[in-house]
Formats: sequence, structure tokens, C-alpha cells
Amino acid sequence: MAKEIKLQTPLTSEMLEKLNVGDKVLLSGTIYTARDAAHKRLVELLKAGKELPFDPVGAVIYYVGPAPARPGKAIGSAGPTTSYRMDPYAPVLMDAGLKAMIGKGPRGQAVLDSMVKNKAVYLAAVGGAAVVTAQSVKAAKIIAYDDLGAEAIRELKVVDFPVFVANDTKGNDIFKLGVEKYRIDN
Amino acid sequence: MKEINVAQIIPVIRNLCIDANYYASPDVVEKIKFFMEKEESPTARDILALMLENHKMADKEQMPMCQDTGVAVVFVELGQDVHLVGGDFNEAINEGVRQGYQDGYLRKSMVDDPVIERKNTKDNTPALIYTEIVSGDSLKITVAPKGGGAENMSEVRMMKAADGIEGVKDFVIDRIKRSGGNPCPPVVVGVGIGGSFEQCALLAKKALLRPLTEKNADPKWAAVEDEILERINMLGIGPQGLGGRTTALAVQILYRPCHIASMPVAVNVNCHVHRHKSAVIE
Repeated sequence: MAKEIKLQTPLTSEMLEKLNVGDKVLLSGTIYTARDAAHKRLVELLKAGKELPFDPVGAVIYYVGPAPARPGKAIGSAGPTTSYRMDPYAPVLMDAGLKAMIGKGPRGQAVLDSMVKNKAVYLAAVGGAAVVTAQSVKAAKIIAYDDLGAEAIRELKVVDFPVFVANDTKGNDIFKLGVEKYRIDN
Repeated sequence: MKEINVAQIIPVIRNLCIDANYYASPDVVEKIKFFMEKEESPTARDILALMLENHKMADKEQMPMCQDTGVAVVFVELGQDVHLVGGDFNEAINEGVRQGYQDGYLRKSMVDDPVIERKNTKDNTPALIYTEIVSGDSLKITVAPKGGGAENMSEVRMMKAADGIEGVKDFVIDRIKRSGGNPCPPVVVGVGIGGSFEQCALLAKKALLRPLTEKNADPKWAAVEDEILERINMLGIGPQGLGGRTTALAVQILYRPCHIASMPVAVNVNCHVHRHKSAVIE
């Protein structure tokens, strides 16, 4: 446990099968932001058989609504939002090729099952460490749903973005394992 | 009678919104350091260290510590000898919020209506304003930006007197257990007991305003807070829910008398960024 691994997007099943819960990952490449409102639209597009604003195959979605950038900065503070709100949409996106989700907090069983089935992973970023996280974002541009403001879909270029493997491709869940390890019955 | 022009309030609110979001409170820093020393999980220690680094970087970069710069919760203590002049008081508060969130590069997170349209109001208004008339001739304003992730883990329960203090403890602990990693632990737990359905919820939010390093003035309630905190930190949830001993930084209780038939209890959960800043206009 707790190895530090560098990963470059796009992600493949082979790359992800080597990961175990608790591993620290430094992620580089292109990732897409989306939260509640954008997810609703993405899934509506998939259900209508239409193309998404980005190629979902091998893609990474980061659950974040960043703060506005100061002039000269790529992005404002940009930590993860709570992930369970995206649970109703995540399996559909994984079936379309999504390989990793970045957020905070545990996921529901249907999402865990879909990760095993699709060889995808869930990565935990540190919530509330949003300035540190923003330093890994080198460029950001809105590619869809500008009307949603902070919730618009952005394409981010990241270098060594720090995350922990929370759910691996084998069905392990750090939110259960970690808690079991440190729980004291009372 | 003292006159205060509401125009004076606007820049005060503006600056409180920015300062609360940019600068970590010393009591929060102290508590995180205290628990980091005792933390057994290496991952948890890493995460707590990252939170402390984030405080420093937010100050240096002049950026909000968290991208969720929250709903602007504004507590006002208005002296009864103050006469507010020069315009509408609530509108002045909203103008301060508007300016603070714009000038401070803070995220605008309010949608209206809450269900069908959910359209962003684009300036983070309306603020949630709670005004209390107190004695004196000054005006105290506290801005407490409240993030959505932790707020969503809050709950009101209409308990029975027969549930007793053990029932209250179990409810608070169970609420945090069910929250897991969602509210950005280590959390601060505000508990409001008594009053009524709506008053206990407001008490729970106000309970969050007490400095984390200050004990409950009533020793019997201080003991209850200590016990709940200890038991929450035995849950194993840890920072961000990844496992560890540091699940909560503090438990803080406020209570009011209530009806003979009732025992309402509210838990308002706050994240580790735990923001609030106050100013007094005299």
C-alpha cells in the first residue's frame, strides 16, 4: 500500500489494473470537469445516442466547480466536490468508456460494481485543499455548457495532480478498509 | 440613539466574505496540528499536513482555501439603541456579499429556484441573514461561508425526553458515522438542543461559531462534548474518510428551554476549513 505512481492520460485498463487502494497517484495529461448539472446533460446525450463534448474513451472526469481565476492564473481554487451526487450518472459514463473519476467521499454499490465491470477507478482528491490542487492545473478552458458558470465542462491540463486510489479495479474500497482499520468499537 | 448609515455595512461585509475564505482561523490551525501529532494513519497525517500547507498557500496566493466558498451566512447582533439610516439594511448586506464574492474571486453557488429552474443567481445572493436585537448601541456582524458538502450531512430529529442524554449522544455520533467521508472530515460538529424544530437548527449553526479552543462554559455540557468527540474519533473515518483517528476537531453544543412534550436536536456539520469572521461597527 501507499506507493506513489505516475499516470498519464488517456487511461487504459492495463494501466489501472496495477493500482491498489491507498496508492498515491500523480496524474498528468487532460481531464474534464463536470458536476451535477453537467452530468445530467451528458447522460441525456448518451441516452439520445448523441456525441459527448469530449471523447469518453479512456477519459477522466473531475468532480469540481472551480472558483474564478485571478488574472494571469489558469484556474481559481479547485478542490473536489462530494461524489455520491454523481452516482446516478457514473455507470452510464463508464459504459461509454470513462476510466477514472476524481472526487471526495464514498460511492454507492452500483458505481463500485460498474468500476469492476469496466476496469475503471475512483480517485480521491483532498477536499478543502483547493489552492494546493489548483497548482497542478496548468491550463483550463470551457468546452461545453458555458451557461452553467462554475458547473460548465472545462478541459484541464494537469501535471502531477495528487490523488489517492479510493476504489481499484478489483472492487476494493478504501472507505470501508480504511475505516475498519482504524475503528475502535465503543 | 446612535445612527449607523447602512452604506458603512457594505465594505465590512465585503471584506468579511473575502477574509473568511482566504485566511484560516488560528484555532482551526491549532486543532489540526494537535490531532496530526496523535494521528496513527500515515495517509491521514499526509492529508492533515496538506490542509495546513493549503492554509499557507491560500494566504500567499490570495485565493480561497476551498473552491466551495459557500452560502454567505450572516449573523447580525443589532444594538437596540442603533438607528439604521441611508437605505435598506438587508439590501446593504446583500450588496456587501455581491462585492465580496466578485472582488475576491469567490465562487457563486446560489441557485434559484431550488428545484425546477436551479439557475445560478451569479452573485452569490441572497445571503442567509439572521438578525438578533441585543442591548447596546453597536452592530456586530459575523460572516460564516457554509459549503454544501458538509451542510448536506446535517439533520434535525424530534427526539423524546425518554431518549435522554444517551439518546442525544448516540444520534450525534450516528449522524457523523453515516456522513463518512462526505462532509470533508475532520469536521466541526455543531449541536443545537431544545427550543423548537426551527430554533434547534439555528442553535446548531450558531454553536459552530464558538472558538474551537474554548470549552463549553457549563462543565456538565463540556463533559458531554468531550465524550461525543472522543467517540466520534473512534469511528475510524479519518480525514477525507480514508481511515484514521481524526474525524472531528470539536463538538460544540448550544441549548434552549423547550416544550414539556419535546426534545428537538439538530446536528449542523461543518468541514475542516470552518470559516467565520466577525466585525463590530460602533
